[in-house]
Amino acid sequence: MTPTVHIAGVTKHYGCIAAVTDVSFELGEGETVALIGHNGAGKTTLMKLMLGLIRPTRGSIEVLGDNPGAGQFEGRRRLGYLPENVSLDAALTGRETQTFYAKLKREPVAKALELLDMVGLGTAGARRVGTYSKGMRQRLGLAQALIGRPRVLLLDEPTSGLDPELRQTFYEAMQQLAAEGTTVLLSSHALTELEERAGRVIIMNHGIKVADGSISGLRRLARLPTRIRLKVSGLESGEVPAWLPTSAQFRRLNGHIVEIDAAPDQKIDLLHRATAEGTSVEDLDVVPPSLDEVYAHFLKSTGTPQ
Amino acid sequence: MNPAIVAAKEIQQAVRNRWVLAATLLLAGLALSLTFLGSAPTGSVGVRALDVIIVSLSSLTIFLIPLIALLISHDAIVGDMERGTMLLLLSYPVARWQVLLGKFLGHLAVLAFATCLGYGVAAAALMASGSRIDNDSLAAFSAMIGSSVLLGAIFVAIGYLVSAMVRDRGTAAGVCIGLWLLLVLIYDMALLGLLALDQGRNISAGVLNAILLFNPTDVYRLLNLTGFVNVSMFAGMAGLTQNTSLSAPTLLAALILWTLVPLGLAALAFSRREL
Repeated sequence: MTPTVHIAGVTKHYGCIAAVTDVSFELGEGETVALIGHNGAGKTTLMKLMLGLIRPTRGSIEVLGDNPGAGQFEGRRRLGYLPENVSLDAALTGRETQTFYAKLKREPVAKALELLDMVGLGTAGARRVGTYSKGMRQRLGLAQALIGRPRVLLLDEPTSGLDPELRQTFYEAMQQLAAEGTTVLLSSHALTELEERAGRVIIMNHGIKVADGSISGLRRLARLPTRIRLKVSGLESGEVPAWLPTSAQFRRLNGHIVEIDAAPDQKIDLLHRATAEGTSVEDLDVVPPSLDEVYAHFLKSTGTPQ
Repeated sequence: MNPAIVAAKEIQQAVRNRWVLAATLLLAGLALSLTFLGSAPTGSVGVRALDVIIVSLSSLTIFLIPLIALLISHDAIVGDMERGTMLLLLSYPVARWQVLLGKFLGHLAVLAFATCLGYGVAAAALMASGSRIDNDSLAAFSAMIGSSVLLGAIFVAIGYLVSAMVRDRGTAAGVCIGLWLLLVLIYDMALLGLLALDQGRNISAGVLNAILLFNPTDVYRLLNLTGFVNVSMFAGMAGLTQNTSLSAPTLLAALILWTLVPLGLAALAFSRREL
């Protein structure tokens, strides 16, 4: 796996405010990485650093062989970027906008215009961007980011303002690019949506990288309990099922449902006991901790920095 | 190549936003009215009608062209940053100086188009109305149009410098209006007052030349009103011509320097900008 983005010990101060503190990571070819953190956590700052829009106070950055902070930009021909709240020149039409950006990347205009059809702006392409709705601007933003089969794709809140159908199209296009070796870095608040898509998650909190790993890896690390819901018949109110170990945390929900918070190492044992001969368990659901919960766990465990 | 792509987009936008139309109509309208109203005292059959027009048009240029240039250029950088379009543009494989140069070429093309067409119409109207125009006058008129475009270039560059340095669009507009007032109105008035007070005791011709070179509008005025013998007669600047040792090439060089220095500084300020 060759790294396309290399960030080492990067710190960025705005005056006395530290936007990003000592962050290091590498992004490899074909990786889809979710950058998570609430507003002001440093997600956008990191993307701007990778684009050379701002220079790091300390540390080094390399993107597709360029040092963006020094004004090198050759690699940007193979880089797509979608800013948060994308804004485009209102006086130009969608097609003119797409043509302009394709020319800057030295890419064939006809292929770039095909992307407009893909994002559903085929007919609206002849209208001025000033007349577009927020969702349509976002689609045009996506279309320009996809020009020229980028090797690195930086997407800041890409699916905000998109309808569910287009979200699907977008994620499909993203997965296809990733399969061809594109590094996709996307920041988002819609964590559950990323759960199946991102192979890796980087969690930022107050400019500090607090977690970095695959979602299952982070789940193990967080040691969050898995929720097991059992439908038990013939259980008196207040009665504890005999097979339940005394150490287990459990709740009774509407009469005959028992919900257990199972620590990772108890999980299998609990399931064995519950499904053993002679218990009155009729049905069960296993709910692993969601990305939201993992995220909340890492934010809580690191607390707020000095 | 990149500057040309950016320039083409700027021109396209200026056409869409009716900037080109507005500037051309404004310049043509004023030039035409000056041509016909202004020629009343000398009579429309006057031999040197075009020379009279040059005097009045270059005075118009000094007020109007810098204003139009600053209007187009003052939010070229800070405005695009505020709107957010600069963020996306700079994520493309294009250097910041290329963006600036592209915008400059685009805006200059708009100004040059408006000036040539607007003033050209005035000259054409004069010819159509039966005035005889000799080659000297035509040369002086062409030089006037050329230097007017150059004056526009200077103020576009100054506008960029302001735009690259300030934090928001409002400030850029304020600073640009201030600069316009200073260079177009206050500077000359202050200089006149100074010369009247001094009575030629301390300020030598050399110092005066230096002071004039420090204001691009004065350089433009000198170039047009003293550069051609016939014109300077009408402009009442014939006396000054004998005193000033600034030749046309020197004045031209000063105008070009006045374009390149602010443009270079703007590129420098822009390259250090974080957004």
